Amino acid sequence: MSNDTILVLVVITALAFDFTNGFHDTGNAMATSIATGALPPRVAVAISGLLNFVGAFLSLAVAATIASGLVNTAQVTLTVVAAGLAGGIIWNLITWLFGIPSSSSHALIGGVIGSTIAASGGSAVLWHGLVSKVVIPAVLSPVIAALIAAVGTWSLYRISRSLTQGARTHGFRIGQIGSACMVSLAHGTNDAQKTMGVITLALIANGTLAKGSQAPIWVIVCCALAISIGTYLGGWRVIRTLGKGLVEIESPQGMAAESASAAVILLSSSFGYSLSTTHVATGSIIGTGLGKKGAEVRWNVAGRMATAWVFTLPSAGLVGAASYGIAHGIGGTAGVIVILVLLAALSGLIFWRSRGSKVDHNNVNAEWTGTVAPDEPATETAAV
Amino acid sequence: MSWINLSALWKILVFGLLAGAGLPALFAAGLYSLSLGPKRAKLAGADGGADSDVLIGGSVIGMVLAAIAFLIILAAIGWGIYEIYQIGHPAPAKK
Repeated sequence: MSNDTILVLVVITALAFDFTNGFHDTGNAMATSIATGALPPRVAVAISGLLNFVGAFLSLAVAATIASGLVNTAQVTLTVVAAGLAGGIIWNLITWLFGIPSSSSHALIGGVIGSTIAASGGSAVLWHGLVSKVVIPAVLSPVIAALIAAVGTWSLYRISRSLTQGARTHGFRIGQIGSACMVSLAHGTNDAQKTMGVITLALIANGTLAKGSQAPIWVIVCCALAISIGTYLGGWRVIRTLGKGLVEIESPQGMAAESASAAVILLSSSFGYSLSTTHVATGSIIGTGLGKKGAEVRWNVAGRMATAWVFTLPSAGLVGAASYGIAHGIGGTAGVIVILVLLAALSGLIFWRSRGSKVDHNNVNAEWTGTVAPDEPATETAAV
Repeated sequence: MSWINLSALWKILVFGLLAGAGLPALFAAGLYSLSLGPKRAKLAGADGGADSDVLIGGSVIGMVLAAIAFLIILAAIGWGIYEIYQIGHPAPAKK
């Protein structure tokens, strides 16, 4: 049964995407805690991984949006899903190489939409769903998160102004542990869902599940595992950009940023918005820079990120469309296998390139000098 | 079929402000009450005071108020998670 072979390959690829989603996004939850020294880097990623696992079970609203709200499921084939996933993974890995916290969700959605258009034209895309559930939330969510984080930051400094510097840092570091945990949980409710949605889409396309079905339990468990393992490995490059590159963060700001992110993501998840946790986390960190007098936001870093955000949907879409073209040109199971082999080769190449400028738990907090990889070789650097 | 779900938007904004900025502010208030009392470290900027990272000032009322604040935060988080679980797992058919 060649269809079943493809189905298995697609599920594996989807889980691979989920894995890249995890390590690309560890920073969203933990970058600020790591930057302020609230949690040791390795403890932070372990807690985050565990809570992502729990979060994946918490809400299934986003999975439903992905599975049925964005493309016409009747016109989606397994090849389309495989090609879309290839687009998402490639874009995720490229942005990770450059330490850009771009949206994993947009990479995935862009990839799937690109391959759908390549396969059956623009009419197979539910444009209204795409704009109202993905594009508009993408624009609004960072602004809302920034606003909440700015209000939070301002009030935290105001209320705690009579505390000594040391007591304030100490107290809010404790608070940060709680707020960072909430972000990790929130990440599971939003991002783990996306892969569940895609696998459900594939199962529907294959006829294994009826149209409009919910994700089966084995899909939920596998996705939860994949994202939490990815998170545990830690995307140190992105963590560094978020924690050190954007704003120099103190612990009250870290807590404000994390609380804002967690609140926005959890609320949006429960409405079924597959918003980008990355956009929210970045918005919050910028907001916390705006809410504190004298704090400096590195707008050039923020600008670079925003540029990557704009390009994420179309770029992943192009890779998705190209992958579909290749798979369709060859045809059948062989076509899918060829694009997945190409995907694995390209991923290996990107990983190999990343070894040249290694960022890990040792040098993640080194002084920001304008580059993702610190100038000097990895050394323990004291935070704050 | 509207492009923006305004009712979701304002809920995200209002509840987001309450949970995302209000709860950390309550935490800050808890830290403040905790710091009250005779052992309270000197104000920041005073001689040597800036280095102290002692959190507990020793006032009983302060500690009680802080405990209440922290408990409210925990309860709010627990309730929020419960709500999200409820919304994210719609019961089939009934209710």
